[in-house]
Amino acid sequence: MEKEIIDLEVKDFSFRYAGASADSLKKINLPIIKNKVTALIGPSGCGKTTLLRSLNRIHDLYPGNEYRGEVNFEGRNILSADEDLIHLRTRIGMIFQKPTAFPMSIYENIAYGLKLQGIKDKTVLSGRIEKALKGGALWGEVKERLNDEADALSGGQQQRLCISRAIAVEPEIILFDEPTSALDPISTEAIEKLIMELKDEVTIVIVTHNMQQAQRISDYTAFMYLGDLIEYGETDKIFNNPDEELTKQYISGQFG
Amino acid sequence: MSATDRRKVINKIVLATSTLFAVIGIFFLFWILFVLLKNGFEALNLSIFFNDGAPPLSVEELEILNKSREGLELSEFEQEELSWIEISGLRHAIIGQLMLAFGATLVGVPIGILAGTYVREYGADSKFANLIRDLSDVMMSAPSIVIGTFVYAIVVSPTGGFSGYAGIVALAIMMLPIILRTTDDMLGLVSNTLREAAIALGAPKYKMIMQVVYRGAKVGILTGILLAVARIAGETAPLLFTSFNTNFFETNLTEPIASLTVTMFNYATSPYEDWQQLGWAAALILAGFVLGLNIVGRVLLSMKHISTKKIFKKRKR
Repeated sequence: MEKEIIDLEVKDFSFRYAGASADSLKKINLPIIKNKVTALIGPSGCGKTTLLRSLNRIHDLYPGNEYRGEVNFEGRNILSADEDLIHLRTRIGMIFQKPTAFPMSIYENIAYGLKLQGIKDKTVLSGRIEKALKGGALWGEVKERLNDEADALSGGQQQRLCISRAIAVEPEIILFDEPTSALDPISTEAIEKLIMELKDEVTIVIVTHNMQQAQRISDYTAFMYLGDLIEYGETDKIFNNPDEELTKQYISGQFG
Repeated sequence: MSATDRRKVINKIVLATSTLFAVIGIFFLFWILFVLLKNGFEALNLSIFFNDGAPPLSVEELEILNKSREGLELSEFEQEELSWIEISGLRHAIIGQLMLAFGATLVGVPIGILAGTYVREYGADSKFANLIRDLSDVMMSAPSIVIGTFVYAIVVSPTGGFSGYAGIVALAIMMLPIILRTTDDMLGLVSNTLREAAIALGAPKYKMIMQVVYRGAKVGILTGILLAVARIAGETAPLLFTSFNTNFFETNLTEPIASLTVTMFNYATSPYEDWQQLGWAAALILAGFVLGLNIVGRVLLSMKHISTKKIFKKRKR
């Protein structure tokens, strides 16, 4: 078996939303393995999206949320108060449920993250943009119209644009929050294929409601329920021979 | 009479009454417009745009002027007289009005947009932000003459005289709450996922706001600005105690400045026929200006709706 490197380590992690009286996540322990796809599954309200959104601290956009425990990444606890969030988010990218193309051209969308990093040189930018769009499997469809508004693309294309935009800044990890739930089956297939190609370069964490999807694309699966991590293991094992009774019930569709 | 019949009769009565009152309302609206257009166009001529205020004409002078305008033959004395006549125009008031409106926009827009941005992006639902929202709503419905007296107290009185600057301050104060609230509302329409997407790419908050959120809200904010300008363009009361008025062409903002509204008031209430005519012309020009701004504003707003509809259709497909 190939050697597994832990890219990101969630340790005794608890999370509480502003004004809530109970923790939404309770002492989660979870390793995220480098260059693998880790799927977070569980019924609505189990905390899988909350966990995902903690990993790049996007919760900080709204005041009053409370983190406890550790999330270790590149040798430091990213939950610490002095963490450089802007740097962190260039290292850990994110794709959302609905496509989030910015109201600007296709070119400017991809260039946005690069310009934030201070890249101004036109040739460098063009090169990185082409590479990113190729990586996002969108280049062939948009190379003739990079200056068109991103709004003009279809939903599936917009989602691939967002993936291209995320990989343009060359992150270590990309977090996917139900990336295909708003897309048709053909676009979904394209995104799934893309995710499996991407894992050579980046580590992937994906939240999904679709268990077939988790089975198809992930190497590891974590099953969560009511803020607890019930079971974590290789995807084959979770889906075929889970240790926990609760996991078995959820996988077989008895609740959820 | 059965219950159904009764309902039908009541329905007809209510329909007839409400239609009648709607017609009465619309009748007055069109009457106003008709009188304005008729008198305005009768009074309008090119010299209005090139001449400044002048003393009113005597009855004899007016007769000679009307004769020449109608193309009637003039005696030698009348021709001599005509060359001496100084015809009043509105150039001073039009330029003054534009200067005041432009100045107020220059002052009011940045403050309004930044304040609206604070309220939506930084204050969110805090007590302080909500207090600002409530105060803006109160300010929006405050009588404009009160704002005029306020500016009289804080600008005119200390500086020792009426000035264009005081007028600009008064109009800017009137614009402020409108722009603040539209900015606030329009930024509120930008979805949070767009903000999160920018943050997730490593954008600092100020860049997220300026580069992504503003772009998403720009049409709405622009519309708010246009409607605010249209709103202040028709104000007389706040200018009465601030920029006051003058019959001369004046571009020095430390001096009293003419405005179409105050000029209109003075001319319309004067006993001189040629001045009254100018009052009508001023009313027409002002109404046209405000109408133009409103149309542009609405077109911009509807363009926004069309574009979102288009996107929605595309997504559905």
